[in-house]
Amino acid sequence: MRLLLGSLYMFVVAAAIGLGSTFFALTRGAGFGTLRIGAWTAQPKAGTSGIDPYSRAVIARSGALPISLGDGVAFVATADDRRQPLDGRCEVLIAGMTPTARYFTLTLYDPDGRLVANSVNRHSFTSEELYRNQDGSFEIAVAPRARPGNWLPSGGLERYLLVLRFYDTSVGVATRAEREAPMPSIRRSGACR
Amino acid sequence: MTRWLLWTLAGVILGGIVHLGTILMVPRTASQDAYDRLEPITQANVMTPIPGPTPAKAVLPFMDPAFAVAVCRYDLRRGPMKLTAPVSQAYTSVTFYSRLGVAYYGINDRAAGRRTIELYLMTTPQREALPEEEDVTAADRLIIESPSVTGLIVLRALSPEPGLMPMAQASVAAARCVTQTQTR
Repeated sequence: MRLLLGSLYMFVVAAAIGLGSTFFALTRGAGFGTLRIGAWTAQPKAGTSGIDPYSRAVIARSGALPISLGDGVAFVATADDRRQPLDGRCEVLIAGMTPTARYFTLTLYDPDGRLVANSVNRHSFTSEELYRNQDGSFEIAVAPRARPGNWLPSGGLERYLLVLRFYDTSVGVATRAEREAPMPSIRRSGACR
Repeated sequence: MTRWLLWTLAGVILGGIVHLGTILMVPRTASQDAYDRLEPITQANVMTPIPGPTPAKAVLPFMDPAFAVAVCRYDLRRGPMKLTAPVSQAYTSVTFYSRLGVAYYGINDRAAGRRTIELYLMTTPQREALPEEEDVTAADRLIIESPSVTGLIVLRALSPEPGLMPMAQASVAAARCVTQTQTR
């Protein structure tokens, strides 16, 4: 009887810990070899056959295809530099320089990876479309209402994420620090609506 | 008391095993991975252009809207495959994904270094079955080994600005993937 109770208890503990941690890992998106620069994170290894099991599981569940390292690297931001989650009702300024790449694109998605509807049909910027300062740096305003210059509409969404993809770039598995890959800052620049 | 502590410890260890097991199982059991999503809209071994993402509808999540995309859902059971893709004006890349979505090979137009990207895709046994002399002449052919019999070839062409999208689409629409009938 004691044995039965004991083993039953053990299985309950095992199921709770095992499944709980799996769920946690899949929804929070943990992964090995994450490159963190400012508010941006990338997993260059997820685009190779050396992808870790956690990233594999996350990708299989989402249905997305990871960008291969021979193609480029994708950086994701879900919060600004002060770690406040990106809120589409607020205005956020993305400013600075980017690592060397033949092209890059910046795209705004909802948390499920869908584009966000807006009146001007603007969902992303490519490196060719941006208005730039004379030194080559740029500023993009992510805001619910129109802004002069580079405006990326947030659609007033409560939560969104930004994906900055570099194509044909030197950024990769060996990249370690900001010095090698200067990433633009993400700062809240105005009141929220 | 000690007994329960021991049971808890055993539960934690077993929980760890359950955790690792389920993580490893997820890719095999996921019913809506990229391959499953593309299966209904693509024919096997035919390069098929994929509609670009819109807020209302997207074939896959997190697609880059600046790219025109075509997919060849391959099945190597009937033989190796040859991929030919013209290089678009701006930027073109080809990525090979295994059945479970692992990007095992990717190449861009600059690395391919020609006007058209030409690649041969085969399984390891098919590559080993290649005649010797053909393997030598194969030195200037780019051969890629697929870890799985089925999978996806994804061709992407960048449209640097919206006005150039028709050209990028035309470029990916001109790509072909063709099953090579067995050479003796």
